[in-house]
Amino acid sequence: MTVSRFRNILYTVAAIVSLAGLADATYLTVQALTGETLGCGGSPDCFRVLGSSYARVGGIPVALFGVLAYFSAFAFATFAAFGYARARLLLIPTIGAMFLATLWLLYVQAFLLHAYCRYCLFSAAITFLLAGLVIALPPERDASGA
Amino acid sequence: MKRYLPFIIVGVIALATLGSGAILYRAKRPQLLAIPENKMLSGKSDAESMHVRGNPDAPVTLEEFGDFQCPPCGSFAGFIDGLVKEYDPHLRVVFRNFPLKVHEHAREAALAAEAAGLQGHFWEMHDVLYREQMVWTKAPNVRELFDSYAATIGLNVDQFRKDLDGEKVKARVDSDQERGHSFGIEKTPTIFINNRSLGSSDRTPEGLRATIDAALKAKAATK
Repeated sequence: MTVSRFRNILYTVAAIVSLAGLADATYLTVQALTGETLGCGGSPDCFRVLGSSYARVGGIPVALFGVLAYFSAFAFATFAAFGYARARLLLIPTIGAMFLATLWLLYVQAFLLHAYCRYCLFSAAITFLLAGLVIALPPERDASGA
Repeated sequence: MKRYLPFIIVGVIALATLGSGAILYRAKRPQLLAIPENKMLSGKSDAESMHVRGNPDAPVTLEEFGDFQCPPCGSFAGFIDGLVKEYDPHLRVVFRNFPLKVHEHAREAALAAEAAGLQGHFWEMHDVLYREQMVWTKAPNVRELFDSYAATIGLNVDQFRKDLDGEKVKARVDSDQERGHSFGIEKTPTIFINNRSLGSSDRTPEGLRATIDAALKAKAATK
């Protein structure tokens, strides 16, 4: 398998993984907008996490930022898989920012709220997986030598 | 064609996300329920026919329709308990049984709480059922566990067993459920504050406090 083919597979996997995160973030956004944080798919700690002041920034649900982030990651990974160089450049900082935001949200759940929302943990797992895929990408210079 | 393919894929996913989000939003959008005037809770006179926590004469009433087997209800119960203490003596909480059919043991748990209520220990059983929710929901024989809870909170267990199968507690649970159905309730927990259900932005700790504060202000203004 050539390095460029391996890279394309990783980009494709990243795009598919991003879709799972996009679905999760969309669900959480709807929960936040409809005020369904009391129920939240039967997750007992959702009320404490999604109903907390940390779940909104300037009145906007954090999950909505998640939708934008996952959609961006999906779009950049898709374009990168089709050979768009600029998309490759944009994908790494996007996932880096998502990774940092995820660390903050995990800290909030573990140390400030002492409660975990399973949908938020799923999102964190997706982001870590995306970060792992980006780290696994062979350096750009290797592609030319493939 | 290949040149346009990523644009098509990304465009389709964008539309699918917006579309599914909109459909989900429409399905989950809360209906604002209001209790009809003839069924509104009034003051202390109602206290005998309902379970009240907090000052029975409090100006603000939080009426909860709950299901003992519903995990969010369990999580919410602790928060409500905190609210009663925080707003004492201005807030009272009224609990109504609304066991959902999807929960196998919910009705039996509601009956157990009402049976404990006949011995004057409704809230103690309410608290134990929520605290031990993860245990009894998975138990093959919930009756045995309910008996042990009854003993723990100091009930006459023989009487508790008798009451659990009696018509009185069934009638009580049915009456709560009928009340909920008559308001159009479909899920739990459903909360009313001074006879009005919560709006979408009020279903957070801050939102609940703001709604209670507004109800307190409204009561003070009408005095």
